[in-house]
Amino acid sequence: MKLYEFQGKALFRKYGIPVPEGYVVRSPDEIKEVKGDVVLKAQVLVGGRGKAGGIKFASDVEEARKKAEELLNMEIKGTKVRYVLVEEKLDIAGELYLSIILDRSARRPLIMASGEGGVEIESVPDEKIFKMHVDPVAGAHPFMGRVLSRKLGLDGQKAKEFTSMLLALYRLFSEYDAELVEINPLVITGDGHLVAADSKVIVDTDSLYRHPDLERNWEDATPLERKAMERGYAFVELDGDVGVIANGAGLTMATLDALLLHGIKPRNFLDLGGTDNVEVTKNAFQLLLEADPKVIFVNIFGGVTKCSTVAQGIIAARDAFSIEKPIVVRLSGVHEEEGRAMLREAGIEAFGEMMPAIEAVAKALREVK
Amino acid sequence: MSIIIDENTRILVQGITGHQGAFHTGEMIKFGAKVVAGVTPGKGGREVHGVPVYDTVEEAMEREPNAAMIAVPARFVRDAAFESMYAGIKTIYILTEKVPVHDAMEIIHYAKLHGVTVVGPNSPGVTAPGRSKMGIMPNHIFREGGVAVASRSGTLTYEIVHALSKSGLGQSTVIGLGGDPVVGLNFVDILAMLENDDDTEAIVLVGEIGGTAEEEAAEYIAKHVSKPVVAYIAGRSAPPGKRMGHAGAIITRGRGTAESKIRAFNEVGVPVADFPQDVPGLVREKLNL
Repeated sequence: MKLYEFQGKALFRKYGIPVPEGYVVRSPDEIKEVKGDVVLKAQVLVGGRGKAGGIKFASDVEEARKKAEELLNMEIKGTKVRYVLVEEKLDIAGELYLSIILDRSARRPLIMASGEGGVEIESVPDEKIFKMHVDPVAGAHPFMGRVLSRKLGLDGQKAKEFTSMLLALYRLFSEYDAELVEINPLVITGDGHLVAADSKVIVDTDSLYRHPDLERNWEDATPLERKAMERGYAFVELDGDVGVIANGAGLTMATLDALLLHGIKPRNFLDLGGTDNVEVTKNAFQLLLEADPKVIFVNIFGGVTKCSTVAQGIIAARDAFSIEKPIVVRLSGVHEEEGRAMLREAGIEAFGEMMPAIEAVAKALREVK
Repeated sequence: MSIIIDENTRILVQGITGHQGAFHTGEMIKFGAKVVAGVTPGKGGREVHGVPVYDTVEEAMEREPNAAMIAVPARFVRDAAFESMYAGIKTIYILTEKVPVHDAMEIIHYAKLHGVTVVGPNSPGVTAPGRSKMGIMPNHIFREGGVAVASRSGTLTYEIVHALSKSGLGQSTVIGLGGDPVVGLNFVDILAMLENDDDTEAIVLVGEIGGTAEEEAAEYIAKHVSKPVVAYIAGRSAPPGKRMGHAGAIITRGRGTAESKIRAFNEVGVPVADFPQDVPGLVREKLNL
């Protein structure tokens, strides 16, 4: 789960990482006081905010309120701006980059630092990014800060500040189950201090139960995706015509891929998971109907989830929600014949193999179009 | 031989009295696996499918297990894994999904230092047809033979194994690596084991979007693998930034796309099937059958 910049900075503050003085507002009249020049930053979870005009400057309350109003009326990449961060404008003498990321391949945290801050790290050449793996049990040590400071050309007070910032950032990374903590830019101020001018924090969704202080952000989920997640389904909205229900994330992805390779665009990703329960299938249809697909395709490989149970769920859903859209089903695996027979009896097309099923989906789609 | 498990594997099931633990213990026994003990704190003294249940792993060690299957809720997985590792068990399989990734990292790191093999988390387990099964893969899909399958998914693996069996291609070992971003074994680790496994003639890798495990596998294959390899990659249709069910299956910052993985495999002579059903045909071609 991504945190907003202001949430990330609140965590930074908690761990003693210097951040610019400021506060967050939801409406322009919440701006009461402006000391000197300020920067107003639209709070969104998508990248590319600067280019989209999501950062503005002001020097008095009136101007700040006007700019905040403009930002709060903006949409950045389709997401509405709901918060604006009002902060002191920093006197910038230099910009660095610092992050700790979970390195999947190495199965360890990786510290990355660069003298080229303020730009997307992807655009920085590899030889200008200094990297250091951390042993997840032994944790980060001050020497790592000293080593990286040397490489970044920081000395004296700045090197000391860098080291304590790195150690604090690692503590945050580890205690908050983060997948990424990033400071970009890490500003060197005119008077020679280090300040985290931005924050990017991504927390592992599976660990949220042990961080009750973190508010759940849903911004990158559509309302329907959110509803699905709250009901325990893995669901992703796409922009095609065919509603898909399958079991297992891999098989669901493979189903979407197979449709696409046949020139059919899927409407969604919906993984039933591994439960043998009629209601789970039935309720998945209810959710799918809200996405209003033209044709519904169910692709099941039965194991723990038995084909006969899924067939019962499909029939129950059709009857309960009076579904008139074409439904095509492929059932293979445990109790497949029984399941297909139940469906055929109920007048629903059922296949044992994926290819003929996809051809039937294509045909149904041509007919409804 | 098979890899990770064989007929001498004596399985301990942690969380054996739970819904999943009990059901799959029964299925594993039917498959011929030696399930020798179970652990559920507070439920010692019972039996599940004739398997004695203990309160602690320490007590269960009297049954001499040499592999542990962990089927406890996500928040107890770290504790359970360390309990087995402290007791000296050298093969740990974690079925549970939604395990905090920092917990997985700690388990895997400690395991590495102590010579413990970890499969998972969020894995369907390991099956060696005719020898043993540790996990939740459906019993009926397997057939003994020489094709090894390593996969990042569950159901999709069954689909492919089923297709292999139907076309007459049996399996030496089928292993689910797990659908999470951090798992104990990557494709590279498995390839190293399979290259040295006498019973494996051909290897099928079932990958998906997210991470760089497939690209690393391709590099490794070019240098170290002499056996024929065939692949399938799920997630060609996935949009960036959306987690496709598995925590690991997400395209972030332009990395981990299906195109990149397919290209990497093709460059080292590993054919990538368009559809799961095409895998057996590609294996036959590679084996000149």
